[in-house]
Amino acid sequence: MSYELVGITVLWIFLYGYLIVASIDFGAGFFAFYARMTKKDHVINQLIARYLSPVWEVTNVFFVFFFVGIVGFFPETAYYYGTAMLVPASFAIILLAIRGSFYAFENYGTKQSTVYTFLYGASGLLIPASLSIALTVSEGGFIKEENGSVSLKYMELFTSPLSWSIVALSIVSILFISATFLAFYAARAKDLPALKLVRTFAMFWSTPTIIAALTTFIVLSQHNERHYENMLDLWWMFGLSVGFFLIAVWLLYRQKHYGLAFISVMMQFLFAFFGYGIGHYPYLLDPYISIHEGATHASMGIALVAAFIGGLLLLIPSLILLMKLFLFDAEYVKGRK
Amino acid sequence: MELDTVLMSRLLTAMTLGFHIIFATLGVGIPLMISIAEFIGIKKNDPHYKLLARRWTRGFIITVAVGVVTGTAIGLQLSLVWPNFMQVAGNVISLPLFMEVFAFFFEAIFLGIYLYTWDRFNNQYIHWFFSLPIIIGGGFSAVFITTVNAFMNTPQGFEIQNGTFSAVNPLAAMLNPATPTKVFHVLTSAYVTCAAILAAITAVMILKRKMTDYHKKALRLTMTLTFLFALLTALAGDFSAKFLADHQAEKLAAAEWHFETEQNADLILFGWLNEDNEPTGEIRLPGFLSFLAHGDFNAEVTGLEAFPEDEQPPLWVHYMFDLMVTIGFLLLGIALLYLLLAKMKKWNEHNKGMLYLIALSGPLAMLAIEFGWIYAEEGRQPWIIRGYMTVEEAATSSPYVTHMFFLFLALYIVLGTLCVITLRKLFRNNPAEEELEKHYPSFKKGDNE
Ligand code: HDD
Ligand code: HEM
Ligand code: HEM
Repeated sequence: MSYELVGITVLWIFLYGYLIVASIDFGAGFFAFYARMTKKDHVINQLIARYLSPVWEVTNVFFVFFFVGIVGFFPETAYYYGTAMLVPASFAIILLAIRGSFYAFENYGTKQSTVYTFLYGASGLLIPASLSIALTVSEGGFIKEENGSVSLKYMELFTSPLSWSIVALSIVSILFISATFLAFYAARAKDLPALKLVRTFAMFWSTPTIIAALTTFIVLSQHNERHYENMLDLWWMFGLSVGFFLIAVWLLYRQKHYGLAFISVMMQFLFAFFGYGIGHYPYLLDPYISIHEGATHASMGIALVAAFIGGLLLLIPSLILLMKLFLFDAEYVKGRK
Repeated sequence: MELDTVLMSRLLTAMTLGFHIIFATLGVGIPLMISIAEFIGIKKNDPHYKLLARRWTRGFIITVAVGVVTGTAIGLQLSLVWPNFMQVAGNVISLPLFMEVFAFFFEAIFLGIYLYTWDRFNNQYIHWFFSLPIIIGGGFSAVFITTVNAFMNTPQGFEIQNGTFSAVNPLAAMLNPATPTKVFHVLTSAYVTCAAILAAITAVMILKRKMTDYHKKALRLTMTLTFLFALLTALAGDFSAKFLADHQAEKLAAAEWHFETEQNADLILFGWLNEDNEPTGEIRLPGFLSFLAHGDFNAEVTGLEAFPEDEQPPLWVHYMFDLMVTIGFLLLGIALLYLLLAKMKKWNEHNKGMLYLIALSGPLAMLAIEFGWIYAEEGRQPWIIRGYMTVEEAATSSPYVTHMFFLFLALYIVLGTLCVITLRKLFRNNPAEEELEKHYPSFKKGDNE
């Protein structure tokens, strides 16, 4: 495998990791807000805080890892995406900043207020919406390059069914992933009232998820035929994705094996995300940047891969320790520690 | 219009970095102080020090949060605002940027663990042990990012072919001539700043409320550390100046208003420039510039005349340099005075004047960080990558930077204000004395734990 393929594979895996951990985080924010509005916050907010407190910074690093890595392996992306995305990405940064710091201010600092819970919940939905614009842009047709200057075609972007269906998909997916995870976490904590509530959330958001996914698929076929055809060739991956989705819903419905249900959701998104990504090949930005032409020098690429392997050797044991202490330590989850 | 976007890009970057560096510096230095306090606490079995570590940590998480979000902002902005720079330089410097992320990752994981496991282990050293990866992670993130900045000053590790970088050697780019002195100076200055800030907070507490053993111990510890790291910082600064004299002479010459190459050059402190561009009203230390630059009072120091006019940095960096150095000596002086007063039995190191001086030293140290960076960055002008790419060539062409500037300005005002409010609330409603009794109830009765 060439170093640029290794690079994009690694980055895609990390983006998938971010998708999962950030979805849990963002969705939890929305549920916390919803629970407060419907006066059910005493049921689940303790549970949410207990999981989120030790890990929110780690979630953020997944994202930083992705964008530093993509500019490292494919410096061309800095030029095109950097110029075009100045405004949407700046909004995403500001939302991320507000969310992250408010979280710390409120949780470590003082008591919670409704305004804060609202901002926390709303930013959780707006961040993925603004970040998902990058995915839309990557399909091509939204960037113009004139006399050496790149800019985004805002009108086209805002009127495109593709961008709205991707935004919708990102939001409902987040809520579905998050609710399934919280169901698993509540089940581990043997917190039955919370479990009952989050399980209904998970059931509720499962249908919109699959509908939004299908819609996006159809809209994409009209926007970028090449990508669509490639994805059709990978039909088995999407088939597996749907299969895992059905397993997850079935388990949720039968109210058992919540851990397995969450793993199924993870697999559902894994196959869909990689099917989408592989179909995108070879372009990072259709048609301006392809993986092979946009890649950095071989010496840098190899150095990055080496640094990556070294970094993983350091991180994996640390992450396992973190999960052992907070996710799989039943006493901690139950709130006794 | 063209120039405006460049100017706004620079202002946006300067603002974000100037804001980030406050929290980044705290992120590098505070973990070391926490770790030292906890270690002493466990070793001596002294709840005062353990509480110190706990309380510092509690404040620290608030500043970390701001550090993380502003860092994420600058990380993205580097591509958003300087797309041409990243497109070219990304080929050469992405390795340290990438490794920096690993350092953060490492730090973030153990910070989470450290925060939520205070009383979870029977062997207290296990908890203390988790502070080490935080120190290492924070320290290395500073090291890696500083190599990037060093590269911008003395680029190497590539060849130019047809206007693009080729034959890239990432390690050579990281280990460029500016790296050793810069890394040394950035680390020591972060440590001295954090020690001074913690000392200042303690001094304010004593001035406002009353003095307890807890505060005395905190002050003694932080002032000793301030002294130690102030010495190292000055030493590192001296190395940095010698590095500049050898490799980036225009930066030092601009800072010293040293126009003509000469031997036995004078060090110029403050003053201003008259119409003929001659320093006036300055303090002159004969021969000291030669000494600063080469360790020899008679050595020859290159003047600004040796550089083409359009490659000379702005002359106002002189003030930035002078302010930084002055603060450096002030910090050293204040810490030394305190230690001397503490040594002499008949003097009182906790008199009001001394406490006011200490309270001042914290903010001063942070200002020195800002002055130092502004000096280092402005002193590189007009280059973004010295000798290869100017700032103007590197900036974004997007007309929206101006809007973004004001958007981020608003963000930083909100973040800064909330951060201060939260920190004040956190400690005002929860004085150390009460907390001591809560966490270590047996302490009052005199038995250990
Ligand atoms: C607490 C902060 C602090 C203090 C007291 C000092 N410095 Fe400093 N200085 C910095 C904080 C700093 C910095 C923020 O860390 C800089 C900015 C860029 C860099 O590499 O370090 C810096 C840069 C910097 C440079 C430019 C290096 C370069 O651009 O490559 C020189 C020559 C000095 N310093 C010299 C000194 C001297 C002779 C000091 C005498 C005591 C001194 N500094 C005190
Ligand atoms: C170590 C990592 C750093 C990197 C990679 C970096 C990079 C940059 C870049 C790309 C620019 C824009 C080009 C230019 O105007 O020269 C810039 C400018 C600037 N940076 Fe830095 N910087 C770093 C640290 C800092 C810090 C910590 C400060 C804190 C005060 C700072 C202050 C400034 C200022 C004041 C400017 C504006 C210079 C001008 O207006 O011309 N920099 N820096
Ligand atoms: C010498 C200057 C700098 C130092 C010492 C420094 C140090 C740090 C530290 C210690 C943190 C962690 C926050 C904390 O623990 O408080 C941080 C966050 C961050 N910094 Fe900086 N930084 C500097 C300049 C820069 C520059 C120029 C960039 C741009 C590439 C940058 C990118 C980041 C990012 C992306 C984060 C957030 C990482 C996360 O999510 O944890 N930093 N920085």
